[in-house]
Amino acid sequence: MRIATINRATPYVFMAPAAVVMAIALLYPLLYMIYGSFRDWDPSQTISETEFVGLKNYITLFHDPAFRESLGVTLRFAIAVVSVEMVVGVGLALLLDRSIRGMSVLRTLFILPMMIAPVVVGLMWRYMYHPTVGTFNRFLKSLGFEGVDWLGQNALFSVIVADIWQWTPFIFILALAALQSLPRSALEAARIDGATGWQQIWHIKIPLMMPVLIVTCLLRLIDAFKVLEVILVMTEGGPGLSTEILALRISRTATEFRELGVAAAMSNYLLILLLLLTALMFGYTKLQEAREARLRAAADEES
Amino acid sequence: MAGQPNDRQHPAFYALLAALVFMSVGPVALMFVNSFKLDVDIISGTSGLLFLPTIQNYETALCDILPYELDHLDFCALKFGGAFINSLIIALVSTFLTLVIGCMAAYALVRFTFMGRDTASLTTLMVRMVPPAVLLVPVFGLWNNEFCIDKATLVGGWIRDTLGGRGDVCLAGTHSGIILIYIAMNLPFVIWILQSFIVQVPRQLEEAARMDGAGPFQVFFLVVLPLIKPGLAAAAIFTFRIAWNEYLLASALSDRNTKTVPILIVNNMSEFNVEWGVIMATGMLLAIPPIIFTLFASRQIITGMTAGAVKG
Repeated sequence: MRIATINRATPYVFMAPAAVVMAIALLYPLLYMIYGSFRDWDPSQTISETEFVGLKNYITLFHDPAFRESLGVTLRFAIAVVSVEMVVGVGLALLLDRSIRGMSVLRTLFILPMMIAPVVVGLMWRYMYHPTVGTFNRFLKSLGFEGVDWLGQNALFSVIVADIWQWTPFIFILALAALQSLPRSALEAARIDGATGWQQIWHIKIPLMMPVLIVTCLLRLIDAFKVLEVILVMTEGGPGLSTEILALRISRTATEFRELGVAAAMSNYLLILLLLLTALMFGYTKLQEAREARLRAAADEES
Repeated sequence: MAGQPNDRQHPAFYALLAALVFMSVGPVALMFVNSFKLDVDIISGTSGLLFLPTIQNYETALCDILPYELDHLDFCALKFGGAFINSLIIALVSTFLTLVIGCMAAYALVRFTFMGRDTASLTTLMVRMVPPAVLLVPVFGLWNNEFCIDKATLVGGWIRDTLGGRGDVCLAGTHSGIILIYIAMNLPFVIWILQSFIVQVPRQLEEAARMDGAGPFQVFFLVVLPLIKPGLAAAAIFTFRIAWNEYLLASALSDRNTKTVPILIVNNMSEFNVEWGVIMATGMLLAIPPIIFTLFASRQIITGMTAGAVKG
C-alpha cells in the first residue's frame, strides 16, 4: 500500500484560483482607486493619460457642502437605524425566548424581508408611501386624517423606517441565538435565588449576551453604511440632498458628474470609516478571546 | 418567566406575535396582491381583495420571451424576459464558481500550513467589508478601459470578427465582466464561512483516505466536500442572493444586452408615470427565488447568519 505524500505545492494549488481572482478583481481595483484619487480623472480617459493633482480631490471634498451634507445624512441614518434595530431586536428576542410551538415558522417569516432584493424592498415601500395611491395615506384618509408627505420633507424618517423593517429581524435572530446558548446554570441559579424576570434580564441575560451584541451592533453598523438600493429606489437621494447617503453620492459623482477622481477620494473616505469599524470589531473579538482564555487558565489553576 | 414550557402564554403575547408576522409579511403580501391587479384597480383603490385577478401584468413584463402574441400590447417595450435570463446566467454561474474556488481556498487555509497563509487569511477577512459602492469607481474604470484586448491583436480581432461590435474588446458589457466582480465580492464571505465547517471535519477521515492512496484532490473532493454539504448550501444561498439582487455594479458594467432585472426595475421606477402593476409583477418575479430559499432552507440561512456574527 502506498501512502500519498503531500506535495509542498499542494496548498498553493488549492489557494491559487481564489488568490488570482481576488487579486485581479478586488485588490488591484482598490489600489487603482487609491492611485486614481490623486488624479484628475474622468471616465473617457485611461488613467495613464490623467494629470496628477495630489490631494486636491480630498481637499475639494472637505469644502464641498454637498459632501458634508451627505456625510451627515449617512451618519444620522446609520446611527438611527442601528440604535432602533438593536433596542427593538433585542427586546423582541427577550420577549419571545420561550418554548412555543411554531417558533421555527416565525423565524422563517421574519427573515423574509432580509432575503428579498433591496430594489424590491424600495419598490414596496415607495408604493406604500405614495401620496395618493399609497397604503399609509389611504389608511389615514379613511380615518379622516390628512395624508402625510412621506417621501417629501419626511423622507429621511421614512427611509429609516423601511430599513428598520428590513433589518430588525437580523438583530432579533442573532440575539435569540445568543440567548438560547447562554449557560442554563446561571439562569437556574438566579431563579433559585428568587430573581425577578427584570432582574434576570438586566443582571444575567444582557451582561452575558454583551459580547455577541457588540459584534452584532458593529456588523450592522458596517452594513448600514453600505445601504444604497433601497434609498435609490425610494427617493433617489431627494428631495434635495435630504436622503443622499454617501454610497449614493459616490455613484452619482462617478456616473452623473463623471468625476472619477473625486468619487475615488470619496470612496476612500468611506473605506477608511469602514476599516476603522472593522478594526474595532476584530480588536474587540480578540480582546474577548484573550479574556476568556485568561479566565479558563485561572479556573484550571484553582482546580 | 422564560423557559417554562407548560405555562400558558398571555393572550397579549399571541397578539404581539400576530402583529409581528403581519408587519414582516404584510408588505410582501401587498405586492403579491397588487401584481395581479390592473393599474386602474390599484389607482382607484378598489380596496382589499375585491378585484378581478389578472396575469396581464406578468404577461406584459415577460412579453419578449412569451411564445404567443399579447392582445393588450401593441409592442413589447419592457424587455424583462431577457433581463431574467441575464440575471439567471449571472447568478448561477457566479454562485457555482464562487463555491468551487472558495471551498478550495478555505480548505487550504484550514488544513495546510504554508508561506503566506496568514497574509491570505487576513486579507480575506479585511476585504469582506468593502462595499459595492467603493468598488464602483475602480471597477468601472478598469473594466471599460484597462481590462481590454486591443482589437488590432490576433485574439481581439478574432473576437470582433465573430461577435461583431466596435472598439476594443473589453470586460465591461459582458456577462463575464459582471460574473468576475461578483465572484471576487462573494469569495471572502464564502471562504470564511466554509472554514468554520471544514474545521469540524475529523482529520482521521482524511488520513484514512490518504492511507488508502488517495491524493489531496481526491481527499478533498470525495471525502471533505460531501461532509460539508450544509455549509455549501448556506454559502450558496448567500452568494446567489447577492448576485441575484445586486444593482449598482451590474448597472455600471452592463450594456443593453446584459442588463439584469434590478437595473430594469430601477430604470422603470425613475420614470414619471410608474406602471405599478407591471413593476410589482416584476418585483414579485425577482423576489420568488429568495422567497423559495427562505421557505425551504431557513435553517441554513440562520446558521450562516449566526456564524457570521458570533465569530466576527
